[in-house]
Amino acid sequence: MLLKDEVGMLQRVPLFSAIEPTKLKLLAFTSDRVSYSAGQILFRQGDEGDAAYVILSGRADILVDSDSGPIKVAELEPNSIVGEIAILCNSSRTATVRAASPLEALRIRKDHFLRLMREFPEMTIEILRVLADRLSHTTADLIDARSAK
Amino acid sequence: MEPSIARYIWKHTKKQQLWILMIVVLSMIPYFMSFDLPKLIVNGPIQGGGFEQPGATQPFMRLHYNLPFIGEVQFFSGFQLDRKATLFALSFVFLLLVVINGLFKLYINTYKGRLGERMLRRIRFDLVDRVLRFPPFYFKRVKSAEVATMVKDEVEPLGGFIGDAFVQPVLLGGQALTAMLFIVVQNFWLGMIAAVIVVIQIALIPRMRRRLIVLGRERQLTARALSGRVGEIVDGIGAVHVHDTSNYERADIAARLGLIFKIRFDLYQWKFMVKFLNNFLAQVTPFLFYMIGGYLVIQGRLDVGQLVAVIGAYKDLPGPMKELIDWDQARQDIQVKYQQVVEQFTAEGLIAPRIGALTIDDPDPMTNPLSAISLSIADDGGAMLLDRISLQIKPGETVALVSTATGGAEALAEAFARLNWPDSGRIASGADDLLELPESVTGRRMSYASSDVFLFQASLRDNLLYGLKHAPLTSVPYDGAAADQHRWNINEARRSGNPDFDIHSDWINYASAGATGPHDLFEAVRRVLDAVVLSRDILDLGLRSSADLTRHTELARRIVELRAALRTRLEHEGLSGLVVPFEPGAYNKEATIGQNLLFGAAAGPELADRALAANPYFASVLRQAGLDRTLYEMGMEIAEQAIELFADLPPDHQFFQQLAFMSAEEIPTYETLLQRLKNRPHEAVSENDRAMIVTLSFAYIEPRHRFGLLSDELMSKIVAARNRFYENLPPELQNAIERYDPAKYIAAATVMDNVLFGRVGNNHPDAPDRIRSIVYDILDELGLYAELLDVGLDFNVGSGGRRLTGGQRQKLDVARALLKRPDFLILNRPLSALDQRMQDKVLRNVLEEARRDDHSPAIVWVVTNPAMGMMFDRVIVFNSGKLVEDGTPETLLAGSGIFKELLS
Repeated sequence: MLLKDEVGMLQRVPLFSAIEPTKLKLLAFTSDRVSYSAGQILFRQGDEGDAAYVILSGRADILVDSDSGPIKVAELEPNSIVGEIAILCNSSRTATVRAASPLEALRIRKDHFLRLMREFPEMTIEILRVLADRLSHTTADLIDARSAK
Repeated sequence: MEPSIARYIWKHTKKQQLWILMIVVLSMIPYFMSFDLPKLIVNGPIQGGGFEQPGATQPFMRLHYNLPFIGEVQFFSGFQLDRKATLFALSFVFLLLVVINGLFKLYINTYKGRLGERMLRRIRFDLVDRVLRFPPFYFKRVKSAEVATMVKDEVEPLGGFIGDAFVQPVLLGGQALTAMLFIVVQNFWLGMIAAVIVVIQIALIPRMRRRLIVLGRERQLTARALSGRVGEIVDGIGAVHVHDTSNYERADIAARLGLIFKIRFDLYQWKFMVKFLNNFLAQVTPFLFYMIGGYLVIQGRLDVGQLVAVIGAYKDLPGPMKELIDWDQARQDIQVKYQQVVEQFTAEGLIAPRIGALTIDDPDPMTNPLSAISLSIADDGGAMLLDRISLQIKPGETVALVSTATGGAEALAEAFARLNWPDSGRIASGADDLLELPESVTGRRMSYASSDVFLFQASLRDNLLYGLKHAPLTSVPYDGAAADQHRWNINEARRSGNPDFDIHSDWINYASAGATGPHDLFEAVRRVLDAVVLSRDILDLGLRSSADLTRHTELARRIVELRAALRTRLEHEGLSGLVVPFEPGAYNKEATIGQNLLFGAAAGPELADRALAANPYFASVLRQAGLDRTLYEMGMEIAEQAIELFADLPPDHQFFQQLAFMSAEEIPTYETLLQRLKNRPHEAVSENDRAMIVTLSFAYIEPRHRFGLLSDELMSKIVAARNRFYENLPPELQNAIERYDPAKYIAAATVMDNVLFGRVGNNHPDAPDRIRSIVYDILDELGLYAELLDVGLDFNVGSGGRRLTGGQRQKLDVARALLKRPDFLILNRPLSALDQRMQDKVLRNVLEEARRDDHSPAIVWVVTNPAMGMMFDRVIVFNSGKLVEDGTPETLLAGSGIFKELLS
């Protein structure tokens, strides 16, 4: 997959959809293209968050540790971004991500990501929008859960 | 040191000075003979004096003297020579005298020069010797760069002066006096005129020059301060940048330079003023001679011949006079310089020479306890760091010194290491005062490491073994020319009062590291490096550096085996995809196009980096392979992409690290270049521009940059070009490149690259780490681990060890202290740069390593964290310079004192 195809993929990620293609190209160029085989770990719960990943092809599982071993909580599909929370909040990884099939991804380093956010406010606003959106979903879920009790 | 330069010179060179004076006097004889001879030649054979009769002869070389009472005595009647023969004979005598005079001059100059150089060597050595003997507090006040300038520059002019110190005044004074006497004999009054002028010169000029000397001293002091400041800027460059004070430094330097300029300019003005006056006085005398002498001649009181003779004789007077005054000026100047330097090198409480005397034999172990007796130490401001402390450290005991912020435990550790001298009380080893023990005992039986590490700019190995180099232990056999040189070295060293210890001898005291020689020292080194957890860092350094093949032959010899083992291992673990190996007939996608073309490591500047595209032979190979146009177009494409991506970014943007093709500074250049070359046919582009563009393509790696520029056809063309390149490689490039050969070690490449013999895939983020640990495993399996560690030990630590991290430096310092296997190991917050977990680990390792093989040294450790105290036999707690608790950690913990408080 070439740089320009990656830009196309990035555009389909909601977080990046509103950003100019030239900026996305820069983001793609400065990111590392990484590949994993099925079963390989992208990062582990508790690790320090040093990068976010955009899945280009293949699938990955999100696993959370529990007393009875890891539990799969979600699945990642192409065009999804993962790991961005830990680099935004400076926290450690909240879950483990494992490739479920041969996987191609773009690895965006933390400092690059933050630098882009500083330089391109439109991207930051977009990220804020997505996060706020998620928050309102979570809140709605919480209300549902409470009222269901 | 002697306060007066003259006395210093006389004390060390009186014999030589007398000898050279004698030679100078001796040289006067042929000198004056050669003055007399032209007259003889002209008057005799040329004008025919004594040869009036045809066929007349004159005696040549007749020796006869008029002795008192006896009358004329003839020793040799001489050869009878006719006019022509006399001319030839006398001319040859003249030539002979010329040669003799020349030889005398040569001998005298050489002798004086050598004398001066020897004295210079002596002074410099004396100064450095003093630096080695200064008491510790002296170093708080001096700047290292100032001391260095004093030793190097300020004593330099002394060397030139020393040879002339005594000879010159005698010689010049004699000459001036002779001329003076001659004038007085011709005419008393004219003589008096000359004498008066000379007296004015002698009285006035030095007086005027006194100001020159004052200015000279200022110049010396300001220049010294300048070099001190420059040294400070270099040492503190980090602080300068961190605080944005570079302009403050610029202002300071500019102000200093301004001051120096002013002083120097004043100096020039005065110098030329004095010169003018001096010349004037010298010229005014002939004026008086002409006027007064002429008047006397007109009056008839003086005849013309006398006047001419006086004026003639006077010509010989100003020369020596001027030189004499110059000499005096130089003397005063040198005296000032010397005094300035000596003042700086005079300190109270110099360490006695016997403390640092060379001792070959190892001293007996220190079996006495180390005790502080009513010890008080104050800092420079007078605050008490330690207040009447008394304690005893028994041999074999491990003691943690725990200290509150103002505790003073560090001062105690420094006092044990003799780096801080007691203000009152003392430290004793048994009955002896610690300060009275020779360094050969304290430096070998005790060791010290602190958080403030100093490393020399040398290899890791040299720094590690530095603590073992106490004395030259072997006598190196020299033969042939080397033996002569060695003898000469020793003689010269002795003549200059330098020691003749052989620096080429083996200084390493293997026994104290528990080894018997170079072959098993490595075991000890490895153990201490493991103990301080530094081995892995050094192995990494080893992997990243290129091995010195004269020393590490084993690596080169077994490289094929190593490479094969790595392949097998990677295959075995299913990781073959991580490394793409170099194959002579295949394109390596993970390597750059440049690497694929060259398929070798550049061993010289001709084919390295940017020079490659511009190399005419390489360019011709590209042309023949039909690649020149393709790579040019590729370069254009890359330039366009790079500029599109990066042109908007500020030059210091961190993204530029990702841009392998060009630096941020080059972007504008390429931008204009691109505009200029766009739409221009390839043929019309100049060689230079073409190389600029083509070179961009050399850094391209398809899987990494993903521009989609590489096709199968291009790859096979590149491989073909590679073969073509090597087929006709011109002889001048043979040594500029080392071709990748699966069976050969590449000297110009790093050890890692050699073992890999390929490139790590770009799309496996954890590949480098995994491969590194696999490489270590393989090296260990093949028994090459030690060899790699040895390569790592070649790493140069840089100025002050700055190429290592703070933590690595501290670990190295502890390793160095451990390697000596001392009786008392003093560690003063030695690992403060490490995190607590690592400190604990190293602490455990060090305690274990120090006690290996039933060795039981006393260990005194100033801990950074009171919890570390739990690992020691005894804990001593300091608070406000006082010893407040002392006991086993368990008892202290059971009590309710500061230690317990600190721990909770």
